[in-house]
Amino acid sequence: MPTLTEKKSIRPASRAQGRPAPELIFGDLWEYDPAPETADPKLKARYDLFIDGRFVAPKSGQYFDSINPANETRLAKIAQANAADVDAAYRAAQNAYTKVWGKLPGRERAKYIYRIARLLQDRAREFAVAETLDGGKPIKESRDFDVPMAAAHFFYHAGWADKLDYVAPGRRVAPLGVVGQVIPWNFPLLMLAWKLAPALALGNCVVIKPAETTSITALKLAEIFQDAGLPPGVVNIVTGFGDTGAAVMGHPIAAKVAFTGSTEVGKIIMRSLAGTDKKMTMELGGKAANIVFADAPIDQAVEGIVNGIFFNQGHVCCAGSRLLVQESVAAEVLAKLKNRIKVLRVGDPLDKNTDIGAINSAEQLATIKRLVAAGVKEGATLYQPPGVLPAKGYYFRPTVFSNVSMSHRIAREEIFGPVLSVLTFRTVDEAVEKANNTAYGLSAGVWTDKGSRILKMSTELKAGVVWANTYNKFDPTSPFGGYKESGFGREGGRQGLLDYCQLA
Amino acid sequence: MTRLPITKTPKVYVGGAFIRSESARTFALPDAAGNFFANIPQCTRKDLRNAVEAAAKAGPGWAKRTAYNRGQIIYRLGEMLEARKADMADALAVGGATKAAAAREITATIDRLIYYAGWADKYEQVLGSVNPVAAPYFNFTVTEPMGIIGLLAPEAAPLLALISLIAPAITSGNTVVALASTTQPYPAIVLGEMLATSDLPGGVVNLLTGYRKELVPTFATHTHLRGLGGVASAAERQTLKLGAADSVKRVKLLKAEEPFDWFAEKAQGLYEVRDHLEFKTTWHPIGA
Repeated sequence: MPTLTEKKSIRPASRAQGRPAPELIFGDLWEYDPAPETADPKLKARYDLFIDGRFVAPKSGQYFDSINPANETRLAKIAQANAADVDAAYRAAQNAYTKVWGKLPGRERAKYIYRIARLLQDRAREFAVAETLDGGKPIKESRDFDVPMAAAHFFYHAGWADKLDYVAPGRRVAPLGVVGQVIPWNFPLLMLAWKLAPALALGNCVVIKPAETTSITALKLAEIFQDAGLPPGVVNIVTGFGDTGAAVMGHPIAAKVAFTGSTEVGKIIMRSLAGTDKKMTMELGGKAANIVFADAPIDQAVEGIVNGIFFNQGHVCCAGSRLLVQESVAAEVLAKLKNRIKVLRVGDPLDKNTDIGAINSAEQLATIKRLVAAGVKEGATLYQPPGVLPAKGYYFRPTVFSNVSMSHRIAREEIFGPVLSVLTFRTVDEAVEKANNTAYGLSAGVWTDKGSRILKMSTELKAGVVWANTYNKFDPTSPFGGYKESGFGREGGRQGLLDYCQLA
Repeated sequence: MTRLPITKTPKVYVGGAFIRSESARTFALPDAAGNFFANIPQCTRKDLRNAVEAAAKAGPGWAKRTAYNRGQIIYRLGEMLEARKADMADALAVGGATKAAAAREITATIDRLIYYAGWADKYEQVLGSVNPVAAPYFNFTVTEPMGIIGLLAPEAAPLLALISLIAPAITSGNTVVALASTTQPYPAIVLGEMLATSDLPGGVVNLLTGYRKELVPTFATHTHLRGLGGVASAAERQTLKLGAADSVKRVKLLKAEEPFDWFAEKAQGLYEVRDHLEFKTTWHPIGA
């Protein structure tokens, strides 16, 4: 077996002299064969509302189309709930809470939630395909991240249901009653799991509204609730647009509302509920700094930068959308980053080789284009790799802006797309100052070889989650949520549980 | 010949100094018998903004103190109050408290300070966590103070309620701007004098006196206040929550219309500390 020294001795002379290793850029030397995921998503042509354990037609009789953003074809018709439907959902939830779910011992509630986790694991691939078709995210992400992580959230929280004496040491906890929840389109199933699992574990019943562009996996999960024998009314799913969401947030039965979405809408909800006693949690936008120090493992950092901003087409509230690089390595990092994104594959989300799928909607694509145009206009330098985008569907090239200053819109506003703004810094203090100079405070990344610097940065950064030498990592045991205008309350971990109960 | 005593000019304690309102306005405070007692500063929106600035300056230093040190300083505040019980009893008597009632309120206040002093180096161990993530990371969650907290004291229990609101907030390293009881502001004036001798850095606790109607709207909208607490009427709660939405403030208010027993065991606790905390989770890599 060769020793370390022997390994060193076989390095080519040129590299020993400090010359960089040759880069292997194959360009379009070889074509990739299409590698589509073929599992059947088992979609229905029409999805009704899920109220009181049954699928019911909306009172208005109106349906809207759910579009596949990858090719702009209609996937299914989705029921449009009005205020009367939302009211029926709340009544069902209230009834289930007072008669069944609120009285059930924790260990029995746990078993239902465990069942949901297991049944979701059973149908993981089917759900992954449905999620990718409906939302446009690459199949490798829905298959390896969204669906397994959703199941993990149910599995983790199930176990809490009979251990609530340990949630708030010194105090007893009680459920709140019925909870209203509105979730976004970027992680449709996973956000559903984040919201439902803790609410159910603590003994609450739920009325939840998925985003209008991504309702399908929520309603597929309703099939699992039926298979799991979940008592009718414990979870009610109402689909529709902003007015449906407003009805869910404002309903008098809702003891608590939880919202994940933009800061703009979060503030509107906060204002609309100012005259009520409803408890609230808000998981809002972000403009996270991903900070690369000169001593960082650069190649690893470049992978982390790519994962930080291009994961899920950048439709991530905690995306590392502001790259802060220490000046001495800025040129090297930027060059390597450009090379790396040249080989990112943008296209059919169902293809297993796809890195960047479709932008979720035409509307979001327009928003991204508008902000990118603002970046160009304000004088930042745009880089997009060459390549052909599919003719149909909503796509956007991975985009890197350099020469960005803190006052640029692309450095301040959440773009929610595959667009990275690169800024530089010289000292640790400057990095902290720039990173914290934002109204948001959801997350941050730190890349350095020095453990003590990781802890120093983590202490100084005003953000709810700090990733060191990694980015966009999630776990049901790890609390997630923001500082400042990124919202309040936590999801996941023991800390997230207290947001779904009251101290008795 | 009887000696004419020197009466004290009430001043509020802001940024470690004793100040009059920048507006030079006061309101006359009668004593329990209805006779003139003193002129109390009628603080304005500008005074509130100045107080927030003082709190902002003191904030980072206070948050960086060790938990042990913060605990000792809050304990020292208890010592100051214990040593000057007579002063405070006189202050409470201005609002009509009997000797027995004043003594009861003061001892409960001292005990409350000692209670929170003890939490300073313990709450983190109860509220924080190491999280067993399914990946090679040392993942841990710690608490951090929110920053500057705006507090609205109720009319009743002008000393005990005020301290019950302030103590849990500063225990964890927040700084506060508190509006004292409008009808019984004098104990807060005397409290300021005790804060000044308690080793508490100037600006950590800033006390204002004045009219709620004038100050509540600015408490609601001031962007640098990260949290709001205390007691408010239904109309005030709506104003505060509406303003809070502008900068996504954390709001935790008791209802003025519902009786609340500040002497009760339940009026203190770990979760009062938690109300003014943020949680931060760090993913630290394990391995080379």
